[in-house]
Amino acid sequence: MKIKVLFGPVIIIGFAAAVWAADSSKMMSVQVKTTPLRDTPSFVGKAGATLSYGDRVETLGTQGPWTKVNASGGLSGWVHTSALTSQRIVLKSGQETAQTRASSDELALAGKGFNSDVESEYKKQHRNIDFTPIDRMEKIRISSTEIQSFLKEGGVSPREGGAQ
Amino acid sequence: MSYRTTFNIQRSTFNVQFWMLGIFFLFALESATPQILDTLSDIGAEIGKQTGALTPGQAESIKKAGKAVNKTFESITPEQEYYIGRTVGAVIVNKYRPVNNDAANHYLNVLGQTLAQFSDRPETFGGYHFLIIDSNEINAFSAPGGLIFISRGMLNCCKNEDALAAVLAHEIGHVQHQHGLQAIKKSRLNSAFTILAAESAKQFGGQDLKDLTTAFEGSISDITSTMMNSGYARSCEKEADKSAVEIMKRAGYDPNGLTAMLMEMKKNLKPDGFDFAKTHPSPDSRISDITQWIGPYQPVAAPAGRQTRFERDLKLN
Repeated sequence: MKIKVLFGPVIIIGFAAAVWAADSSKMMSVQVKTTPLRDTPSFVGKAGATLSYGDRVETLGTQGPWTKVNASGGLSGWVHTSALTSQRIVLKSGQETAQTRASSDELALAGKGFNSDVESEYKKQHRNIDFTPIDRMEKIRISSTEIQSFLKEGGVSPREGGAQ
Repeated sequence: MSYRTTFNIQRSTFNVQFWMLGIFFLFALESATPQILDTLSDIGAEIGKQTGALTPGQAESIKKAGKAVNKTFESITPEQEYYIGRTVGAVIVNKYRPVNNDAANHYLNVLGQTLAQFSDRPETFGGYHFLIIDSNEINAFSAPGGLIFISRGMLNCCKNEDALAAVLAHEIGHVQHQHGLQAIKKSRLNSAFTILAAESAKQFGGQDLKDLTTAFEGSISDITSTMMNSGYARSCEKEADKSAVEIMKRAGYDPNGLTAMLMEMKKNLKPDGFDFAKTHPSPDSRISDITQWIGPYQPVAAPAGRQTRFERDLKLN
């Protein structure tokens, strides 16, 4: 019995390590609300299609903090690596659940945990807290074109390869 | 062999299994990464179940508890970080009302979102957004995920765009390093992740939603009280200053702007104030660190166009 108990974990750990090594998938998911697919690995690169939260992409290589990807619909381009995760993000319950995967670290269920339902519940309990200024500030999005004009107008010269 | 002897042997075998499992977990806890720990808790629970040391129900509980306990702030997804940040932001603007000056807030967002592109974490779930708050205290706050608030009092410490860029870059540094999330107590995260481990369904209802909201409420309180009352650890402030210098250099701003702002802040700070005087290391000690990174202070010499737009767009009264 002692031998069984000692060898069991060793065998299983070895097997798990082999599975992890084999599972170095090149597929990643978009982990932010939206991110543009750019022609070049830079924020000044022309933005084409927009990828959305949970979209799966195939990674082809990296250049600095940028990753070249293939997305669905035959699209390809560059995405900043901070917008990607190796986890699979499941957007809808029922589509696939965490129980179908060996480890929840491989998978993130979108909307699970601290989410809009929790925020609504919090608002019910704290009616004095006004979220309107937050909603308003989140709407302010500055385009790449405006950023380029702003840098130029102010005589601000980014370091070569400075934009991460 | 009597029945009692047989029973004792079985019981001692059970004890050996139990202690082996215990030792196995101790070693695992000591050295494993979170991913390995998850798997080890699964394996341990499975062995316990197979050998009869644990019932299937107990084994399942160990698996779930193992997953929940090893979670840290790093296990908070960007989406959850976003919802935490929204509420932290709402609490801040509830205490300090926003300055509804569209031109000034737009200018702040152009500068801030430009700087964020030069950070190590330019992409967050909801992006970076900036707002001026109506307070003469010298304050700046960054909610997790990228909502950043700057007080009138802090703006008064900035005499040029490079100095303002330094303030924003410092706050972006806090977001990049997730200092806000690190302020959440471990016990709070444990209870949240235990609820999440128990349920895989997307929709929570009834008691689970209430318990999760309690953990959420506690997390918000941990972050806001750290930001507004006790302040982050000195090491976090140093890390944010270091990131600010790097972001400014990459973007093309003069990092001496950070020192210039701190020198002005030193003049304006009241020793018993409830603002940066209470929550941050002294300007002198920060200047001393910055000098080590960029050398002795050199006055900022910005082009005229940069200064013109700074004075024009940031006019609040």
